[in-house]
Amino acid sequence: METVTPPTEEALAECVRAAGARGAKLEIRGGGSKAAVGAERDTTILDMRGFRGIVDYDPAELVLTVRAGTPLAEIEAVLAEQRQMLAFEPFDHGPILGAGAGEATIGGIVAAGVSGPRRISAGAARDHLLGFSAVSGRGERFVAGGRVVKNVTGFDLAKLMAGSWGRLAALIQLSLKVLPAPARTIVQAIPASDPEQAARIMASVLGSAAAVAAVAYRPGKDGRVFVRIEGFAPSVEARCSLLGTLFDPIEAASGGEEGGWPEPGQLPPDRPLWRIPIPARRLPRLAGRLDRLGAPWLADWGGGLVWACHEDGAAIRAAAAEAGGHAMLLRAPPALRAVVPAFHPLPAGNAALEARVVHAFDPLGTFGGRRFGGRDAH
Amino acid sequence: MSISMPEPDAAVLARRDEIAAALRRLAPGARVIDHADELRPYECDGLTAYRQPPMLVVLPETTAEVSRILAWCHAEGVKVVPRGAGTSLSGGALPLADAVLLSLARFNRILAIDEEDRLAVVQPGVTNLAVTQAVAHHGLYYAPDPSSQIACSIGGNVAENSGGVHCLKYGLTTNNVLGLELVLMDGEIIRLGGLLLESAGLDLLGLMVGSEGLLGIVTEVTVRLLRTPETARAMLIGFAGVEAAGACVAAIISHGIVPAGMEMMDRLAIHAAEAFVGAGYPLDVEALLIVELDGPEAECSHLIGEVERIASAHGAAELRVSADEAQRQLFWAGRKAAFPAVGRISPDYYCMDGTIPRRRLPEVLARISSLSAQYGLAVANVFHAGDGNLHPLILYDASAAGELDKAESFGADILRLCVEMGGVLTGEHGVGVEKRDLMPEMFSETDLDQQRRVKHAFDPSGLLNPGKVFPILHRCAEQGRVHVHRGSLPFPDLPRF
Repeated sequence: METVTPPTEEALAECVRAAGARGAKLEIRGGGSKAAVGAERDTTILDMRGFRGIVDYDPAELVLTVRAGTPLAEIEAVLAEQRQMLAFEPFDHGPILGAGAGEATIGGIVAAGVSGPRRISAGAARDHLLGFSAVSGRGERFVAGGRVVKNVTGFDLAKLMAGSWGRLAALIQLSLKVLPAPARTIVQAIPASDPEQAARIMASVLGSAAAVAAVAYRPGKDGRVFVRIEGFAPSVEARCSLLGTLFDPIEAASGGEEGGWPEPGQLPPDRPLWRIPIPARRLPRLAGRLDRLGAPWLADWGGGLVWACHEDGAAIRAAAAEAGGHAMLLRAPPALRAVVPAFHPLPAGNAALEARVVHAFDPLGTFGGRRFGGRDAH
Repeated sequence: MSISMPEPDAAVLARRDEIAAALRRLAPGARVIDHADELRPYECDGLTAYRQPPMLVVLPETTAEVSRILAWCHAEGVKVVPRGAGTSLSGGALPLADAVLLSLARFNRILAIDEEDRLAVVQPGVTNLAVTQAVAHHGLYYAPDPSSQIACSIGGNVAENSGGVHCLKYGLTTNNVLGLELVLMDGEIIRLGGLLLESAGLDLLGLMVGSEGLLGIVTEVTVRLLRTPETARAMLIGFAGVEAAGACVAAIISHGIVPAGMEMMDRLAIHAAEAFVGAGYPLDVEALLIVELDGPEAECSHLIGEVERIASAHGAAELRVSADEAQRQLFWAGRKAAFPAVGRISPDYYCMDGTIPRRRLPEVLARISSLSAQYGLAVANVFHAGDGNLHPLILYDASAAGELDKAESFGADILRLCVEMGGVLTGEHGVGVEKRDLMPEMFSETDLDQQRRVKHAFDPSGLLNPGKVFPILHRCAEQGRVHVHRGSLPFPDLPRF
């Protein structure tokens, strides 16, 4: 597999134009932590790590401008020094997708719309991308949005870029909203042995005055709803006491280690991994289907989704759709990825509209290789 | 009008009666307005400097009617301008002489409220405040609170990505909408998102929000609701200089505090507001901050202590904390009345809406002040200090020869200054027709072409709300603004802040 690493924006634009002109495909890549997503392919890799570094960061502005190829870990370290954070809780997919840790770049994080359980209280990647510069599939450098939080100048193309999985344009530079890191964090757990009970508890927690940052659920005989409370110490303590009066029993829990906060890395590593956003009401229904299929699962409920492991793509997609949601295949052996597309199929009208939007950025399909169902050219 | 709109199509104008008849046939439940007197109320939105009666107005009641109307207009090459409550300050709903104005006013029902999962499904003509009123008894509210919330519609909020004084903490419309039903110009009905946090595919929902009626007509909106905060308290903090006030804002944020609202007023705005409503503002300060903190009582008390400490360290000349809800409302009353208050001290004013990085505030205010001297026009500044959204109000007298032109040039210079400082042309009022011709200040032709291609993906015939957002050929040099004559805003009873 060939890799090109353009050193400048001009070189990047030229590279995309040249590929378009000869009908070749390019796959935009940062650290490659999510390279195992989608069908196997032999597409030329456009390595974006030539665009690296923090461009502008003034903590009092709550805005960070950074080159897309900058490692996530580097950004998080710089923000942590100022007691700030990317509040959408981006995380490194490398460990769960077999690519190793530490390679994820901010461009890849945003392009894949990677967000965590704080989504319910702080939003997702799409809510924190304020503006960007990029090279479209036409090989043209363009900008959209801005470097300020409040901006309605022109179409919000940043929303389109977040979660586009590299199908529209190669991100060069991003302006992201940052927020103060919580001074205090407490995680508590509430026993819930069946999904129906868990769903009720989570709705009630999220609707309470405890103003929780995140919730999650690990099912099973010893199932637990996990609740994270963040903020200034006096407030966190007051809200914890409130939760204590609403739920009995409630116990202290850990934020990360084994047995603690439910995360996809705790599911069987050798089985296909699905990410399934669904409406809140439908958790018991989806849970019932997954349990009957024998699919291990857990709920990132602050993120509004269920992580599940199973080999039968049709069954998982049917279960997701029946629950009013959709399922993305994130991890699977190559044979399965060859026949099951990563993205959940869209209704015909939405698919046609999406195809026209993709065409608006990439009319020649330069970024539309076999990975997500396109045809690779030679 | 100093902004040129697309030339009316004589062939379409000649078919006016035929088009009216077709609309009545296609949507028997809809009201069709074709009498000149009845068209008059629709001739402008909140940007009253620009007026143009529409060819026809249609008020459909169902998505199917909207779909049939658009499909027919698409096939017949008839332009359509969508309209919500008509409170836009940028001319987003300005009619065209040869276009059908499609009003969503009759889409006025709240379809479903789910208090357990904190969602509401509403029709686009429902007013912003009506959503909160409908769910308040559950202890819930809809967070975006644009100042026109008693009149502006949710559909218009979606089109403009409306914010409000609390958006620093609670986000804009785009952060609070989960689903849309919309109709494309060719009549196709599309659903985006729904009752879940993330929909499959590209985030077309996010693209739709703030697209100013150029991509599709929204016929249903699913919004998130939040729990009403247990406590809210406001602080008044006065400073002897704008620099100190700006530094205090930066320090509050650097301490990890994100207030529910953080507003700043300069001396002229303070005096005008105090003379108008008697909020008890200190008159011997150069800058006044209103900082609102909300949440659990324990959090409020803790943060008020922190902000007091920070403000004192920055040399606050005056510092008061609201003792009760009545006093909190009083602190806000002056700020919320700042626009009409300025309207009392000047025959006319122009309202600007740029955003800047907060750290550039002292510099920007100094530059505005020297522009003010250069143009010979006074300016009062009110400022959403938390998020850098600046509303300079340029005072002028339209009856004095040349003052209107001067005020417009001054306004354009302020917006250019915002862009030069790393900011943007519009923080919350939208581009519409008002700032359309300033777009090249911020975007290259390549940037704008990329946006035009997105428009084309939704509306290849370009019939939906043409002449807005993107500069068109034969443009005029200067722009109109929110013109207010003798204190008479287009909706005089609406607060504007």
